Amino acid sequence: MIDLAKLTVNEASKKLDAGEITSSELLESVIERIENVEPKVKAYITQTLETAKEQAKKSDERYKKGLQLSEVDGIPVALKDVFCTKGVKTTAASKILEDFVPAYNATVVEKLEKAGAIMLGKVNTDEFTMGSSTENSAFGPSHNPWDTSRVPGGSSGGSAAAVSADECLFALGTDTGGSIRQPSSFCSVTGLKVTYGLVSRNGVVSYASSFDTIGPIAKSVADVAIILNVIAGNDPMDSTTVSEKLPDYKSFLGKDIKGKKIGIPKEFYGQGLDPEVDKIIKSAIEKLKSLGAEAEEMSLPSTDYAIAMYYIIAKSEASSNLARYDGIRYGYSPLKNKSHLKGLIDLYFKTRTEAFGNEAKRSIMMGTHTLSSGYLDAYYKTASKVRTLIKREYQKAFEKYDVLITPVSPFPAFKIGEKLEDPLSMYLADVNTVPINPAGVPAMSVPAGFTSAGLPVGMQIIGPHLGEGKIIEIADAFQRATDHHLKKPEL
Amino acid sequence: MLDVAQLARIELSDAEEEKFAGQLSAVLENFELLNEVDTSNAEPTAQVTGLTNVFRDDKIQNVNDEKTRDEFLANVPEIENGAIKVPGVFND
Repeated sequence: MIDLAKLTVNEASKKLDAGEITSSELLESVIERIENVEPKVKAYITQTLETAKEQAKKSDERYKKGLQLSEVDGIPVALKDVFCTKGVKTTAASKILEDFVPAYNATVVEKLEKAGAIMLGKVNTDEFTMGSSTENSAFGPSHNPWDTSRVPGGSSGGSAAAVSADECLFALGTDTGGSIRQPSSFCSVTGLKVTYGLVSRNGVVSYASSFDTIGPIAKSVADVAIILNVIAGNDPMDSTTVSEKLPDYKSFLGKDIKGKKIGIPKEFYGQGLDPEVDKIIKSAIEKLKSLGAEAEEMSLPSTDYAIAMYYIIAKSEASSNLARYDGIRYGYSPLKNKSHLKGLIDLYFKTRTEAFGNEAKRSIMMGTHTLSSGYLDAYYKTASKVRTLIKREYQKAFEKYDVLITPVSPFPAFKIGEKLEDPLSMYLADVNTVPINPAGVPAMSVPAGFTSAGLPVGMQIIGPHLGEGKIIEIADAFQRATDHHLKKPEL
Repeated sequence: MLDVAQLARIELSDAEEEKFAGQLSAVLENFELLNEVDTSNAEPTAQVTGLTNVFRDDKIQNVNDEKTRDEFLANVPEIENGAIKVPGVFND
């Protein structure tokens, strides 16, 4: 039975359709797996396994009658703990939302439920998705299934670790500056950061609203295509969602990539890149060439400014988004324990001082500074102009290339604790992923190999605006020709 | 540092003030390299996909029954007569 947890969504869906397995059997296998490995991985903040069992029984009935709702009907999913789930705690891994129970579902949660997916629970993240390691979680870090002394990456580290350890069949994450791609790379799973606005953000806890995106973390590119078909599309509740008619993302699977043009931006292969990572990505590109793609070096000169630009805007938007946590309407409040307060302003101070973690406080203070009168032009406005330059560079690059390929991270998973007290080095680690969000384009992390120490390395495939299909074509061709994504950690 | 913390409604201990000041100045110093960039030719971007205002009709979409109301109010720390209670702005 245990083996069912290892199935991909695509495989499980076919077995469910054929009546070879039931949703309840699949769920039992995943629950058994969670019981076995969760003490080592610590991916989950909240498990909802009893509800899951009821959902699976209903799914069984649907399959029995041939009334299954979609390809994810009966498929167990884990949600990063920033997606609002009606009646189930949504903490954003923060003490300030420790007891917050939403009265409604995020649009994507609603879509997954209507498609029949089975909700296993909520998984770990850095507090308010701010971080690259899950160490900023108020509930403790998750562990990398490939080496439990190392971080799973972040902020969607719980999602990536849970998929990698077969504690779910797929997960949803969010990506503001690499938070889907970097943990996917560190844990050897396939994660997609979508075009800004492709998936609704309604009901999802915000970090930096002009960068935030939602996407799948899965065991294969084929699974990503299946999940994307369920979650993508316009939502009247999120006015920034795209209105274009979207393709069937599965139609990009199984394609010949002969003649596809790949750009290799040299700025991503410079100083600071681990030689082993460099070698693995270069050999992945050679593999794509052997499949008929054409690759050449090119340049995205503004890349060097991306980190500074990204963090100034992200922290500015974050300080504004986190202003809503005031101890009055929901979340942590000194009013709950009847502590003595010297008026309203004292409530604000006590709430925020007592319940925000270090990185949230740093973000709020940095954003408050960069938006304050006298500094606004120097920081925020300059950064917004540099953003325009970066966006133009990507637009221009995609006039010539189908996709661009880079390493996801300059190095593999680092040790827990290694960077925690050095925020600058933690920020600089995001060098390869942060330029993509300001440009608004999609990018995928695809398992590309392992270092000599056995740590996973991911390849970043970047596509044009709404070019998820182009990425899927290349990534799927790569996975049909390689087996990196099939390897499993020993736990 | 204390000015910013005050604006952000966050209280810092002496140790925190020293730690955060060091960390944030390291970050902001590093970010000064943006001043090297020639941005004379670029307008600021705030919305990357180029959408402008998106409107919808101003009408009630979900019927606001008592149950929904109670679910929302369940998260509120202090309620009086069905209204959210806030400490005084001026008094102690």
